[in-house]
Amino acid sequence: MERERRALLKLAGLTVVGLAGGALARTVEASSKHAAKPGTKRLAMVIDPRKCLEKDGCTDCIGACHAAHNVPAIDDPRREVKWIWKEKFSGAFPDQEAEYVDEALTSKPVLVFCNHCDNPPCVRVCPTQATWRRDDGIVMMDWHRCIGCRYCVAGCPYGSRSFNWVDPRPFLKSPTPDFPTRTKGVVEKCTFCDERIGKGQQPACVEACKEKALVFGDLNDPDSAVRQTLRARFALRRKAGLGTRPAIHYLV
Amino acid sequence: MLEKALQGSRSYWGWVAFLAGLILLGFIAYMRQFAVGLGVTGLSRDVTWGLYIAQFTFLVGVAASAVMVVLPYYLHNYKLFGKITILGEFLAISAVTMCMLFIFVDMGQPTRVLNVMLYPTPNSLMFWDMISLSGYLGLNALISHVTLDAERKGIAPPHWIKPIIILSIPWAVSIHTVTAFLYSGLAARPFWMTAILAPRFLASAFSAGPALLILFCLILRRFTKFDAGREPIQRLAVIVTYAMAINVFFVLMEVFTAIYSGIPEHIEHFEFLYLGLEGKATLVPWMWASAILSVIALVLLINPKTRGNERTLVAACIAVFTALWIEKGLGLIIAGFVPSPMGAVTSYSPSIPEVLIAVGIYAIGIFLITVFYKIALSVRGEVKV
Repeated sequence: MERERRALLKLAGLTVVGLAGGALARTVEASSKHAAKPGTKRLAMVIDPRKCLEKDGCTDCIGACHAAHNVPAIDDPRREVKWIWKEKFSGAFPDQEAEYVDEALTSKPVLVFCNHCDNPPCVRVCPTQATWRRDDGIVMMDWHRCIGCRYCVAGCPYGSRSFNWVDPRPFLKSPTPDFPTRTKGVVEKCTFCDERIGKGQQPACVEACKEKALVFGDLNDPDSAVRQTLRARFALRRKAGLGTRPAIHYLV
Repeated sequence: MLEKALQGSRSYWGWVAFLAGLILLGFIAYMRQFAVGLGVTGLSRDVTWGLYIAQFTFLVGVAASAVMVVLPYYLHNYKLFGKITILGEFLAISAVTMCMLFIFVDMGQPTRVLNVMLYPTPNSLMFWDMISLSGYLGLNALISHVTLDAERKGIAPPHWIKPIIILSIPWAVSIHTVTAFLYSGLAARPFWMTAILAPRFLASAFSAGPALLILFCLILRRFTKFDAGREPIQRLAVIVTYAMAINVFFVLMEVFTAIYSGIPEHIEHFEFLYLGLEGKATLVPWMWASAILSVIALVLLINPKTRGNERTLVAACIAVFTALWIEKGLGLIIAGFVPSPMGAVTSYSPSIPEVLIAVGIYAIGIFLITVFYKIALSVRGEVKV
């Protein structure tokens, strides 16, 4: 009897160790994924806040994005849907204390949108794989599979995801037929313009920015514009300490 | 056995009609939410989960508490709980049903909810929560049916049910652990990201659930011929006392870690709960009421005289249940969203349709308990009395 119990305990112990080992292996594997694999892309963006702020009150990129993607214009901040917007500095970078920096820099808003993380918490928590990460790093969204549980909204550390509290279609002034509209009850966000990238175009926001404050490209290509910019200048990523490894870099 | 629920006194039918009215109101409110979207609720871009998910979280605890009568009875052969195990199991069934309904009404696209099974995703805790909740519902439905059926026939329950009953014990722990993991694994929400969340959930479950069970036993004694007896109720009271003390201890540990470490994103949530943040203080009176009720409950429970006196015990149980309902059914979920990851402080209070839907779901749960207890007591009425 005693012997049997020991054998059972041993078996149970081994099972637990096995499960934990599996989880650990997956974590290690995930972190090694960050190393560039030959032939794959890692799409990313570099934002130059100085250039972005050149024209006061400019919303060209936001207008272009929201028009191209049928993002509804809902005035109520509690119900609004947004893919790209201006956030106050302390909201975008809560862990960056910049008390003595020229106030001209920190009092100005920061352009924010989905970070297309290497290790996206939203993808991890989604119960239906309605949001997933493509091999080139884009975090995608399937509006037809989403059940509207908003677990991804709770999981995103950047507030990048919007939920359609009501039917968004009445809030579209001039909907474009080139992009699907959404229904009530689903989550949406920036998809790095996957529909344009597929056609070899730049994302709508990048194209709309006359100041060239947004640079888009492949991090795995050492000669790409994003790599060249990041080589020359120091850049920040939002909440880097969380290990999500965002693909959006902000030049200092 | 269901026919037992179809015969009853006038007051029984009056009670059922009252509940049916509440259910109907909730259903009408839900139809509106179904048509318009979750925009009929008080939820917003920053506070994306509210009353529904909070009730779900609280009720998972009530469901898990059945184990506090099942465990002593089956593992420690504590015979005095024999009479009330069935009450615990039925409470679990109706609580889990309410949990599932609360999840369902929180979905933005309820018609797609089966996608969770169509595309099973083991890296999502919600997938595991679905498995553990439906498993627990199935276990308790099977166990209560088989044991009650045996009792009706006046025979001993079949042997094969024993391992299933034993399985339901760790399963009860699992439903609350997995539910805590839903929250505690999110780096985006520092308020929930604490290793003590699951233990805290268990402690609050094992106090709120048995406290409710004590109240049910006393109500049944008053209105029916069923008497749980003094000793089992006193035993349950001891369980409530320990669990409540541990729960309060855990909460204080959280407060200490947050305040002493001085990390703003940990402190702010507690500030929002107990002092208010940026002038927004909707939860402050509730949280202090919860704290005061917790202290009153502990004083009444720890003192053997007041615990032994059934009048003060009732007061203590109501205090425990209300304090924990505020703590988990209001504070815990909402405060996780305030302030938001971007530092936004947004007020949330549920809208009228939202409250009606929640009340409707509670009415369904109470209706189920009424019917189940009626069946159980009628079966017992045949056997003895």
